[in-house]
This record gives sequence, C-alpha cells and structure tokens, in this order.
Amino acid sequence: MTAIDELLAEHPFFAGLTPEHVELIAGCGVNVHLAPGASVFDEGQPADTFYVLRRGSVAIEIAVPDREPMVVETVGAGEVLGMSWLLPPYRWTFDGRARDDISAVELDAACLRGKCDADPALGYELYKRFAGLMRDRLQATRLQLLDVYGSHVA
Amino acid sequence: MVPLPYRVSWRRPDLADTVTLALEPVDDAIARPTAGQFDMVWEPGVGEVPISVSGLPGNGAEGPLEHTIRAVGPVTTALCAKEVGDVVGLRGPFGHGWDLRRADGRDLLIVAGGLGLAPVRPVVTHALNDRDRFGRVVLLLGARDPESVLYADQLERWRGRFDVDVEVTVDTATPAWHGDVGMVTKLLDRAPVTPADTTAIVCGPEVMMRVLAGSLLDRGVPAGEIWLSLERNMRCAIGHCGHCQLGPLFVCKDGPVVPWTDARPLVVARER
Amino acid sequence: MERVEIRTVRVMLSVITTTGLEAVIDRLRADRRRVIGPTVRDGVIALDEIESLGDLPVGWTDEQVPGRYRAEERGTDELFGHAAPASSWKQLVYPERTLLVRSNREDGSMEAVEPEPTRLAFFGMRSCDLRSLELLDRVFLDVAATDPTYAERRADLFVVAVTCGSPAATCFCASMGSGPVPSAGHDLGLTEIGEDGSRRFVVDAATDAGRALLATLPHRDAGPEDLAAARDVGARAAAHMGRTLDPADPPVAAADLDHPRWTQVAERCLSCANCTMVCPTCFCSTTEDTTDLTGAVAERWRRWDSCFTLDFSYLHGGSVRQSGMSRYRQWLLHKLVTWHDQFDTSGCVGCGRCITWCPVGIDLTEEVAALAHSTGGSS
Repeated sequence: MTAIDELLAEHPFFAGLTPEHVELIAGCGVNVHLAPGASVFDEGQPADTFYVLRRGSVAIEIAVPDREPMVVETVGAGEVLGMSWLLPPYRWTFDGRARDDISAVELDAACLRGKCDADPALGYELYKRFAGLMRDRLQATRLQLLDVYGSHVA
Repeated sequence: MVPLPYRVSWRRPDLADTVTLALEPVDDAIARPTAGQFDMVWEPGVGEVPISVSGLPGNGAEGPLEHTIRAVGPVTTALCAKEVGDVVGLRGPFGHGWDLRRADGRDLLIVAGGLGLAPVRPVVTHALNDRDRFGRVVLLLGARDPESVLYADQLERWRGRFDVDVEVTVDTATPAWHGDVGMVTKLLDRAPVTPADTTAIVCGPEVMMRVLAGSLLDRGVPAGEIWLSLERNMRCAIGHCGHCQLGPLFVCKDGPVVPWTDARPLVVARER
Repeated sequence: MERVEIRTVRVMLSVITTTGLEAVIDRLRADRRRVIGPTVRDGVIALDEIESLGDLPVGWTDEQVPGRYRAEERGTDELFGHAAPASSWKQLVYPERTLLVRSNREDGSMEAVEPEPTRLAFFGMRSCDLRSLELLDRVFLDVAATDPTYAERRADLFVVAVTCGSPAATCFCASMGSGPVPSAGHDLGLTEIGEDGSRRFVVDAATDAGRALLATLPHRDAGPEDLAAARDVGARAAAHMGRTLDPADPPVAAADLDHPRWTQVAERCLSCANCTMVCPTCFCSTTEDTTDLTGAVAERWRRWDSCFTLDFSYLHGGSVRQSGMSRYRQWLLHKLVTWHDQFDTSGCVGCGRCITWCPVGIDLTEEVAALAHSTGGSS
C-alpha cells in the first residue's frame, strides 16, 4: 500500500507542488474504496470531501421528478471530483454515483480549508488548479448545452 | 455533369431521422470514391444534396456505395423515404478526401461528432484492412445521447478487436448508459497516441471541430496533421456556382477535407 | 561578350471607313452569325442584335455617376462615343437560365441537355468587357470542370473590340489593367478617329479570322497621322478615367474584417444584388428542380444567383452569412482579393457598372480606399 503522499505526488492534478505541500494535503486524506452503485455524494448534503480518483468512474447526475436521473458528466481515473468544498455554502449541487469499483483518495474538506487558511501559498496553489478545472468543465458544459450534434433545422 | 441513375439495393434505418442507402448503378457507374469524398445525390423534381460516402466496397470488389442521410430538408426527407428498387441520380465523386498515405507509420486518431461518423467510417475500415501501416489506431466518437450513436453495431464490433481503440461519449444520458458522459474533447486525454507522431482526422459539427482542433494542437499534434471535413452550401460541386466559398477555398473542390493550417484562419473568422 | 539581336516586329495597322465597317457586319451576318452590339433601347445604351451600323447608338453618349445613368443624343455621327453599355456581354455566353438535365421516371432516363449551337459576333465590345471574357474563361473553361454552354458559345465567337474614347465618370479600367485599349482576345480591334463627316477606324487584325475578314474589305495601311490620332484616343481616355483603384489597397482592406467601414457601407447597401447582375465577371449560380404536372418528367435548371441573397450560404441550421454586412464584405473581398487565390487575377475589370447601377450609389473604389487607408480597426 503506497503512502497517500506518494499517490498524490503521482497524480497529474498535483504536479508541480512542493513535497511539503503534497505532505500537507496528504495529511487530510484517506484511501477509500466504493462498490458499484454506491452513492459518493448527494445533492444538498454538506460538501465535506472531495476525491482524487485512482480507479473507476463516477457519474455526476441530477434527479428529475418525472423521469430517470440525467447524467451530466462522467469522471474517471486520473481526474479530481468535487469542487463544492471550496466555496460557501459548501454543499453538493449534484448527485455522485459510483459506476464501478472505485479506489480514490478522499480528502477532508474542513482539514484542507484550515491548512489553506494557515498557509496561503498552499491555498493559492490549490485554487489555481481548481480554477483550471472549473474553466475546463465550464467550457465543456457550454458546448454540451449547444447540442451541436442535434439536427437544427432552420 | 449529368447524374447517373442509381438504384437503392438496400436501405437501413440507423436512427430516428437517419437512413443509410446502398446505391448501385443502373447502367454506367461513377468513378470509385475515396474516403472523405462526396457525391451529389439527386431526387428528380426536388433537388440535389451533397452526401459523403459512408461505405465502399472492398478493394477490387464490386458493390454498392453507401450514403448515410439525415432528414433535415425536403430533399433529404425524400431520400430517407426511398425504398429498395427506387432510383435516384448520382454525380461524383467530388472533392479531396482523407489521404491515408500521409499517415503511414504514424498513430491514426479519428475523432467524429454526431453524424460525422459517417464520412470517417471508410477511413476506419480502410485503416483496419491495412493495419500494419499505422501505429495506434484510435476512434473517438461524441454523440448527443445514447439513442443517437450511429452504427452502434459496427462500433461494438470494432471495440471487440485488439488492434483498435474505440471510445464513445455522449452529451447527456440516463444511468442506463454505462459509457462516458461529457464533451468529446475529454476523451483526448485517454487516447493512447503520441501527439507529435499522430495524424488526426476530425469530422463533425464545425463548432466541435474547431474546439477539437485547438485541443489537439494544445496536446502537441502538428497543425498540418489535423485534417477536418468542412461543409458549406453546395449546388454544382465543381466550383462554378460559388455557393460553397469559404475565403479563397471552394469547399467542393479545394475541400471538403482541409488541413487545420488552412482551415483555422477561415473558420475562426466570424462571418455573420 | 554576347551580342544580343533585337528584332523589331512591326504590327501592321489598317484603316477602314464606315463603308468598310458596314461591310464587317454584313460579312459576319453572311457567316450565319448573330451580331450583337450596343444600341439605344428604352432610353439606355444596351446590347441587342444589330443588322447595320444604323442600329448603333450613333451620336449618343452616356453620363454615368454613382447611382445614375443617362444616355443622351448629341447629334454627331460618332459611332462609339459612349462607355460600357448598361448590360454586360455575360448573358450571351452565360445565359441567365439554362436547362441542364432532364429525367423521365417512366423510362428511367437522365439526360444532359446539349447546348444549342450558336454562332455569335460581338460588335463594339469595350476592353473592360473583353477582359471579362478572359476572366470567365478561367472559371468556366477550367480543364477540371468545363461548362458546356459557355464553351460552345465561346468557341466560335468573333469579337470586334473598340478603344474607349469617352470613358465615364465611373470607369477605372486603367487601374485594373484592362483598358482603355483592347490588348488581347479580339479578332478585330478598332479605334475611331476623325471628325463628323470623316469618321474612320484604325484596325488591328489580331487573329487569323480577323485578318481573313479584313482582307475582304476595302482598307489601306494606316499612316503616321492615323496612328497618332489613334494613340491619342487611348492616351486621352487613360488620362481621363473617372476613378482609380490602387491594387495595393484590397489586401489591406481584407486584413481587418471588423473595420467600422464595413458596417457603414452595410447600412447603405440594400442587398438588392444589382451589382452582381450587371457585373461582367460575377458568375455565381443556383439550381432549380421542376417537374411537369404528372411528376414524371423532371428538369434541373441553372440560373444566375447572387451572394447578396440571404439563403446563398444556407446550411440546414441557417445561413452562414446572416447580415448584410457579411454579404457585402464577401462580395467585395471575393471580387478584389480571393479571386487572386482562385484564378490568379483580380475579378474586377474596372467597368464601373456596379457603381452606376447601385441604387444608393455605393462606389467600391471609394470603399476599398477607405478600408485600406482610414484607421478604425477593432484591435
């Protein structure tokens, strides 16, 4: 079993961080395993965690009253899952459901927020990376919204 | 150029609004198209539309020319309603297709969006028939939703092979879909190709191609190795009617396949 | 040290009188040709079939300014004292409507409609219009795709071209290298010299067909006085061009697609497509499919089209060029810039018709100069 800071250091999202910062982050993390179908997070619940996915994929879904839930994105191995922990009100805005066996590092949000407050340089590094993630997700989401493959008959 | 009469030898409904027609000559035949070329399909009395060939008979073999058509107007709606034995007019083949000789020894990355899978299908079959000439062969497909994935059976067969990687993502789905959900650009991260040694073939809505080409460039695929298929209003298909002009290019005869080096300044210019 | 030998080839020019010129028309008609020339019709100088010199706008001249055309009779006996006629010769080699294909559901036939054989002679063609034929040749006689109708009409065409002596205020052929003296493509090139009562024509027989025809006419060698007078006509016309267009300007105009001038000209442009219809080099077309009442016989027609129409660039989601501005910009930049990429030449011959016949008087020479030389780009 590899130590958590080694797992994080290998992960592309944390590339470029100093070993000290990696160790700080790892201090807030534990290894988790989830079974297929398990709920990773629920809409409206406190966003106490975020996940560094090592194996498996998670469907980000939204529940719709009169039909099946809609999957808005799938997030897989090598990606980071969860941004709601960064900003108040720290609540999940979607449901997350494991689609297969998940191995991930689960990071405690309160722990990490505290460390960022104490070490603004760490906070800056994390926020830079999450800002990039948000930018990519926003661009992709906007393109998905365009329904470019739809048949747009004028 | 006069259309030649072609008979529908079989038809296959692919999606709710999309049909593949297999056409064989009644008498004289057009020259054999290559992957990426298109024909002008004529419904007498209604009109003519450019349709890329989506299936070719094997090398040296006789056989029908497959055309996958989506009903978006009066001509395409009429063509989608054709039955076996009906006759349409065919002119062609037109334009520059994808020349796979350029990709010799390179990784071949084919990215299709929506109905863009139809024109690249002959590229995939050609590459798989001549597999040793290429490095990795990867097909990435983006579609609207699981019900809009074109050639699903064919994709499954390709996925079952060991010498080609196939990944499919959709924009939106229910949990019954076990594949990826998200923009097709996300699949690029998982494509097992070496960017500097990759030839990329891209076909889909222009917005998607534009964004994708940018992403490929960011990942290190040379601009001259990214090949798009452009689409514009076409009437004559021979560079006389002027409708298909995009800057200096006549998409019908200078394209439709155009490298990103040429296409980029033209597709980013806002025409409106 | 090499010795370089310079050989001078003297071009023999001849002179004919109006009698000789009348005989030119007679010979052409006797050769089973329809002779087309300028004539006064509906108050303008337009092109029509002519049978004798009397059908020409003898003594007429024209006044052309942006958005305005007037033809007026002066009562002289000058045969060619006007500028480009209201219509261009384009419709004679590239008809406004052409039947291409006919199909019959009953016997399954699909047949190309062969172009009708035509023998034409263009009489009194200006150098700008003559140059436009050379440009249309590049479009329609391309080896990869030849238009049968155009090829048929062009193959056997006899051209009697004329040096312009009275350029209009909208003319700028000199800037475009297409006039005022016809330099290539004619069978006979004429320059009208002399005064009332003594009009005569210096003739350049440029082809075998031209020389053969000249040989049947009463003619004499041109003398130094004739040559000087003829040179003078061309020189004076070149010096009195109504407008100029600097060939260095169009590429500069193309560099800033967001220049505010585009919006300004678009506010005036009605997208009426007049310019494309009168332009001798605009070649865009569309196709029309028709059937008879039973639906058994279907026809496919080609007809002129204009990039100014909203559905010119229509894809199934809508038109690519939605705004009038984008369509005006497309027309101007195609004519003056991308024609070079496509056909190795400018698409404009400087005839000025688009300026004359624009209902709001948009002047492309003024627009190009403003785009190239005024500031105001978006960057």
